[in-house]
Amino acid sequence: AFTLYSLLQAALLFVNAIAVLHEERFLRNVGWGTDQGIGGFGEEPGIKAQLMNLIRSVRTVMRVPLIAVNSITIVLLFLFG
Amino acid sequence: VADPHQLFDDTSSSATALGRGYAAQQPPAVGYPAPGSFLAEPVSSFAMAYGSTLASQGKEIVDKNDWQVRYQQDTPVAPRFDINAPDLYIPVMAFITYILVAGLALGTQNRFSPDLLGLQASSALAWLIVEVLAILLSLYLVTVNTDLTTIDLVAFSGYKYVGMIVGIVSGLLFGKTGYYLLLTWCCLSIFVFMIRTLRLKILSEAAAEGVLVRGAKNQLRMYLTMAIAGLQPLFMYWLTFHLVR
Repeated sequence: AFTLYSLLQAALLFVNAIAVLHEERFLRNVGWGTDQGIGGFGEEPGIKAQLMNLIRSVRTVMRVPLIAVNSITIVLLFLFG
Repeated sequence: VADPHQLFDDTSSSATALGRGYAAQQPPAVGYPAPGSFLAEPVSSFAMAYGSTLASQGKEIVDKNDWQVRYQQDTPVAPRFDINAPDLYIPVMAFITYILVAGLALGTQNRFSPDLLGLQASSALAWLIVEVLAILLSLYLVTVNTDLTTIDLVAFSGYKYVGMIVGIVSGLLFGKTGYYLLLTWCCLSIFVFMIRTLRLKILSEAAAEGVLVRGAKNQLRMYLTMAIAGLQPLFMYWLTFHLVR
């Protein structure tokens, strides 16, 4: 069933997926680069600008903790299956 | 005699000065020209006391109405002052009762084992976390300036457990028809409740009061409110249908 542990696993995989999106090779081509969206100092950043901001923040913040959490998860899965 | 606390000149020396209670921050006898002879008459003293009570009650009610109308508060208001403020008492109690009632329902079908209780609790808690995270994400994406905190969202999302308990108990007592009937009614009521509560917090002030405010932003916020309210019946059904046979 859906337990807290599977929620943690899903969250880890999801954050890994966001961290893996490459800035230059992929996001720029899709149009989601960090220098492309933020137009002007208007009042309302749209949903796309907010999403791009969110992706950039998650990648910046979670880069180092993800190394640690991934290593621990790999070791634990090796040991305990 | 000019009293600095009085808002107006006291030009009366008769009993008609009784009703002006707004200036009556101090005992009404201060400022009257002849206090002794005035209070000597029993009827007038009684009338003065009554008038001053009425005035202070009226002032109290006006102050209380100010509290209830202003929903954008700076600090969270405890339920002692605002009876509609969200608190975690009902959600926590309802969550625990839901776990116990789920165990009871499983027991009547001979499917019970003690670790299933922990599984149900874990599952319901995980869905609650997913729901709160989804609401937080959508509130962030739509750039809503709201005073809804995370704990408020947890409280609002926890109110659906009451309906779930009612549904499961009616399913135990009256079978599937009872379950579906009462669950539908609880789903509708929590849908209406969430829309009415979240409308005040998410929509802009003008739109929340019922004035039709056109504009893409308000429309998006209304859709968001309806989506959040619509999630509740979905979860209520998802978390209970496997318990009622």
